[in-house]
Amino acid sequence: MKHKTREKLLSLSILSPSIIAITIFVYGFIFRTLQISFIDWNSFSKLLTGKIDFVGLKNYIDLFQDTRFQTDLWNTLYFTLFFILGSIFLGILLSLILNEKPKGSIIFQNIFLFPMAISFVVTGTVWRWIFSPGTLPDNPYGINLLFKKLGMDLFQWKWFTSTSSVLYFNIALIPVIIAAIWQFSGYTMAMWLAGLRGIPEQIIEAARIDGASKWQIFSKILFPMQKPITLSAVIILAPVSLKAFALIYNMTGSGPNNVTDIPAIYMFEATFRSNRYSTGSSIAIVLLMMVGLLIIPYLINNLKRRDD
Amino acid sequence: MKIKQENTKKNYLILIIMTLFFLLPMYVLLSTSFKSFDNVSVTNMWNLPQNLSTAGFITALKKLAPNILNSLYLVIPATIISAILGSLNGYILSKWKFKSSELIFGLLLFGMFIPYQSILLPLVKFLQNIGLYGSIPGLILVHVVYGIPITTLIFRNYYSEIPTALIEAARVDGANLIGVYRHIFLPISIPAFVVVIIWQFTNIWNEFLFAVTVTSRPAQQPITVALTNLAGSQVTEWNVQMSGAIITALPTLLIYIIFGRYFIKGLLAGSVKG
Repeated sequence: MKHKTREKLLSLSILSPSIIAITIFVYGFIFRTLQISFIDWNSFSKLLTGKIDFVGLKNYIDLFQDTRFQTDLWNTLYFTLFFILGSIFLGILLSLILNEKPKGSIIFQNIFLFPMAISFVVTGTVWRWIFSPGTLPDNPYGINLLFKKLGMDLFQWKWFTSTSSVLYFNIALIPVIIAAIWQFSGYTMAMWLAGLRGIPEQIIEAARIDGASKWQIFSKILFPMQKPITLSAVIILAPVSLKAFALIYNMTGSGPNNVTDIPAIYMFEATFRSNRYSTGSSIAIVLLMMVGLLIIPYLINNLKRRDD
Repeated sequence: MKIKQENTKKNYLILIIMTLFFLLPMYVLLSTSFKSFDNVSVTNMWNLPQNLSTAGFITALKKLAPNILNSLYLVIPATIISAILGSLNGYILSKWKFKSSELIFGLLLFGMFIPYQSILLPLVKFLQNIGLYGSIPGLILVHVVYGIPITTLIFRNYYSEIPTALIEAARVDGANLIGVYRHIFLPISIPAFVVVIIWQFTNIWNEFLFAVTVTSRPAQQPITVALTNLAGSQVTEWNVQMSGAIITALPTLLIYIIFGRYFIKGLLAGSVKG
């Protein structure tokens, strides 16, 4: 205990490069983005003068009146919803089957997980080629061509080039959601499998002896016990849809009428393609707030629980 | 017994359908990339190649070779540096806790969850100011810094499970903070290093947003950006595009196949379990 101060100093000095780096690169830069979102830097010449004219919330007000951004918000909402539901459902289903250790379960598990190791750039490129609709009905491409060959012309449609929507849900997002679920459902599966292995066999055996059906075992025992894990999965998966930039950028881009646009793509184009720095920064701050609303309570809760 | 067999059948049916779904893009990738230039067209996309041709691969490899090197120059140093930083941070934050160390950990961890759009513009300006914009060293710096939260988390969780009594024993023997790290923690850290190195290697290799904003000249771009440019050009040489995609995916796929177990550990670490 004599060395306490010395060791504390040593501890701090080991941590200090990381603390300084994160302070600048995370908190400092966020502050700077926030600042830019409150001034009028929507052209390159304004950026060069470096003059700071505060315009208050003007950039945000303009943003929320911008039809492209409104479309982006609806797209994010529906993408997030269906992507999470799909990945959780598929992940849980696969983990329940694999947990019974059928023959070849290791191989199946590896097949369902490998997309997590591949770049969105690669998967975006492939899925774009698969979902390219071609011109219907005479000259179908990709999956439409496959449907034609299989005699399932009924399933042919314009995929990510469709401009139809239902209750603000642009159905062109469906192929993007499929690609994202393909990439991430293995993640939920891995988390659930890890959790299932920690549940004592006796509990399930006892329920089975009492005559509980499979569905009852799942809904009354497994699902409640795995609730924290499912919640973690949702927390990890939700921001993915906000971050799906690389996938959408490479698969569909913004699409006709921005049907597959998301705030991340709008932010990138505004900031780095059309020099609307303040618009881009206000989009970035909205994105950050959406993620923060989700993550901060979770982080605080997690750190608190650890202390108990 | 009959019910059980029915169930097994149903399970296998689901597994096989899902396997087809998961392997569909791989089929398209492989069958297209091995087609020759005159055999590749939208109408025979689902056919197997008539004869195996490596022409697509050779063309893609020629175009992507400088970018593969860029990616290696980027990934290797960035991975090593962030692993070392994570190990040191994790050691302090798990075994030498002080009054505000939990708060510091929480503040570091937050960096893992932010959408990087929220720091992108100031980051680019900062890199321009220090003369690292558009260069691989600039990208290395970016990945090292934004890798701190996850690498710290993985090491911290790993070290938490090592009994504190071990440290006390070593301290009685006169070892200080650094001595304990060198003689006790570092030698048993190999599994955590493997997890972190695989995780960082995969993530940095696959990363796109930083790569496309921080590098502007094709000669400096990592492979993910080069693949986008290759695929975005209006050429219908699908065999070249798909070959390029396979080349881009290959290193991380190989790592997954060889070190799958460690890869999954890294994956699960992201869920911030205490």
